Amino acid sequence: MSKDKKTVIILLVIAVLIAVIPFLALKGAEFGGSDDAGSVMVEEIKGEEYEPWFTPVLENLIGGEIPGEIESLLFCIQTGIGVGIIAFFMGRFYERKKLSKDGSENL
Amino acid sequence: MSKKQKRVLSLASVFALIFGVSLSANAMHIMEGYLPIGYCIAWGAVCVPFLVAGFFSIRKTLNNNRKSLIILAMSGAFIFVISSLKIPSVTGSCSHMTGTGMGAILFGPAATSLLGIIVLIFQAILLAHGGLTSLGANTFSMAIAGPLVSFGLFKLCQKLNVNKRVAVFIAAAVGDLFTYCVTSVQLALAYPSEQGGFLASTVKFLGVFAPTQLPLAILEGILTVIIFIGLESFAKPELKAVGYIKEA
Repeated sequence: MSKDKKTVIILLVIAVLIAVIPFLALKGAEFGGSDDAGSVMVEEIKGEEYEPWFTPVLENLIGGEIPGEIESLLFCIQTGIGVGIIAFFMGRFYERKKLSKDGSENL
Repeated sequence: MSKKQKRVLSLASVFALIFGVSLSANAMHIMEGYLPIGYCIAWGAVCVPFLVAGFFSIRKTLNNNRKSLIILAMSGAFIFVISSLKIPSVTGSCSHMTGTGMGAILFGPAATSLLGIIVLIFQAILLAHGGLTSLGANTFSMAIAGPLVSFGLFKLCQKLNVNKRVAVFIAAAVGDLFTYCVTSVQLALAYPSEQGGFLASTVKFLGVFAPTQLPLAILEGILTVIIFIGLESFAKPELKAVGYIKEA
């Protein structure tokens, strides 16, 4: 196994640990968004309930909050678009290197 | 940069100064409707010159070498992926990363500002995440301030002959963290605390964002290094085209 591969695997393991450990360690935590924590802080500083003066376009359109399931769908679409583009080009790069005899230097 | 481009850029800067400074005489994503309208316009105006510079910068890169288009698209896609992942953090709340480090290192902060605003518009309209009114402020923190720091740190590390991967890690991680620091300052500017004013308020907002973001910044650094290792092993010609790898 090449040195790069080892580095990548080690890094991926660390990355997963960083994400998973708090999730397992903090039982019963809500894991709300920190953006929302920000709005709570705004209210604390102002000392009163803060009424946002503008509601998101889509929430206006459907007259309410976006349902959780739909929101996760939309987030998935965003991830999907990104992963698709990266994976497509990475795949092309990979094949190109495989096909060219002396590495990628000629292209 | 041609004469005409310079003129457009300086016009945009003047526009930013007029709107930005006069209103700011006196906040990762700021929530929709949470920023007073004056600040929305001011931050938006500040972003304009960067976006204009980004447009020229991208055009120049593409004119010099069409190959870099693929890497540019991948940098944009990287922001899409990374900023859509909400990761649980030690404080018991979730936050997400910015993913702007890659673009900033490869194309510079100006080009990244354009990539970043695409993602922010997507999230603001479809996800009610961030917002159209706070778009300017969010663009400034995520797509301008963060990448500027990443870019600067990466250049500095190269001057000091730091290992390239370590440099990528530092640049991406600190850029991510800095994004949230800027967000805190932006929110504090709009909501100075009654006791202690602006500074006390900054500390308060930093207290919300910073502990959550610290592990995520490290995570972002790691992920950015991984994608760079991937590119280094399969896409050397493209990296040469954008100047990341020096022509031997």
